[in-house]
Amino acid sequence: MNENAIDATAIDPMGISSSATSVAAAYCLQLGDDALIYAQRLGEWISRAPQIEEDMALGNVGLDLLGQARVLLTRAGELDGTGRSEDDLAYLRDEREFHNVHLVEQERSDFGFEMARMLWFSAYQCELYAALATSSDETIAGVAAKAVKEVDYHRDHASQWVLRLGDGTSASHARMQESLERVAPHVAELFEDDSVSVAAAEAGVGTLPSSLWDSAFGHVSRVVAQATLTLPAGSTWHSRGGRNGIHSRPMGYLLAEMQHIARSHPGATW
Amino acid sequence: MTQPVTGTSATAAPLDLRAAIAAILDPEVPVVTIEDLGILREVLVDEQARTVNVLITPTYSGCPAMDAIRAHIEHVARRHGYAATVQTRLSPAWTTDWLSAAGRDKLREFGIAPPGQRSEAVPRPVGLSLMARRVTCPLCGSVDTQEISRFGSTACKALRRCNSCREPFDEFKAI
Repeated sequence: MNENAIDATAIDPMGISSSATSVAAAYCLQLGDDALIYAQRLGEWISRAPQIEEDMALGNVGLDLLGQARVLLTRAGELDGTGRSEDDLAYLRDEREFHNVHLVEQERSDFGFEMARMLWFSAYQCELYAALATSSDETIAGVAAKAVKEVDYHRDHASQWVLRLGDGTSASHARMQESLERVAPHVAELFEDDSVSVAAAEAGVGTLPSSLWDSAFGHVSRVVAQATLTLPAGSTWHSRGGRNGIHSRPMGYLLAEMQHIARSHPGATW
Repeated sequence: MTQPVTGTSATAAPLDLRAAIAAILDPEVPVVTIEDLGILREVLVDEQARTVNVLITPTYSGCPAMDAIRAHIEHVARRHGYAATVQTRLSPAWTTDWLSAAGRDKLREFGIAPPGQRSEAVPRPVGLSLMARRVTCPLCGSVDTQEISRFGSTACKALRRCNSCREPFDEFKAI
């Protein structure tokens, strides 16, 4: 699990000392990046979902995540001493400076894939935010206590769709099963104890991702079983590196779209 | 509630200022005030400095109405001759339990079913039921209603339909 255990300063793009403050800053950054990048992916669904209700649903889920990201990135900028705003962090960092997992940056595919991804991600976030409600950092605790209710709703939404599609027609069953298999290689990274999470957990600011696995897996496996689907057996490879700023091919395209207006018109405001 | 912005003079008493801020309507559901919703937590006035510090708690993390509410508070304070700072308080997290009885009545009259019991009070096996909650139609009072969409026109609402009067309506989600 802990193969990437290196000193927190070594992966910090700004080269800040590994004081408790900078650990909290780095931790806020990776939580915020997960939420921001998945919000960006979910926004792509607007006008593309199979029905207008899902346009709204996926847009709303993305909006909740964007709200979480805004608070977390603002906090990261306050703590890391660089004075960067949420916008600076979202629009002016390069790919290697983002610390999100690969799961959230994967390209939008079909609706089944999105529900499989949302099921895993929201199951993870439910356990994460429940644990972070007692974080020693007031902002993290505040956003977690609020967001846990939001992501519980996301998890419920994804669970119901996985049930409908898995236990639906033979075509929907097959496609939902295939979606679970396509998502599977990107799941383990969510629950890996990277150096920032370990340091944050030790400081009482964060929680160990590995400690969230049992409950999150429990939820997903119950839904999958009830949906008459099968969780893929351990895959032969899984994605890694996101927490260290190493990303997969879709990430650069996502950033180009997300950042190009802010970068083309530096300092512009509404 | 009357319109929040009136031509009050700059010498308005703090009580008037507080009342004027409390009477600001939610931009998305313009029948309930920010006080009805439980968004407004504290109004702290400094008479000498002519400043007011307003604490608000957002409903949903990404609710875009918060920016409009913030701007509206600053505007109302300025009309009363005060400079406002609006701060967001995240903890304790907002819950629909903070909605006032008056607010619930106003929602119902506006055609939005007010939030019911929070589901976290009820232990759920996996959350897999296909929605068996009982929600009353705000238009005809029938309890024979069904969910059309779990997400509605704003982050705080879901969409339902009444099987008696056949009208669709918004439901304020309990969180």
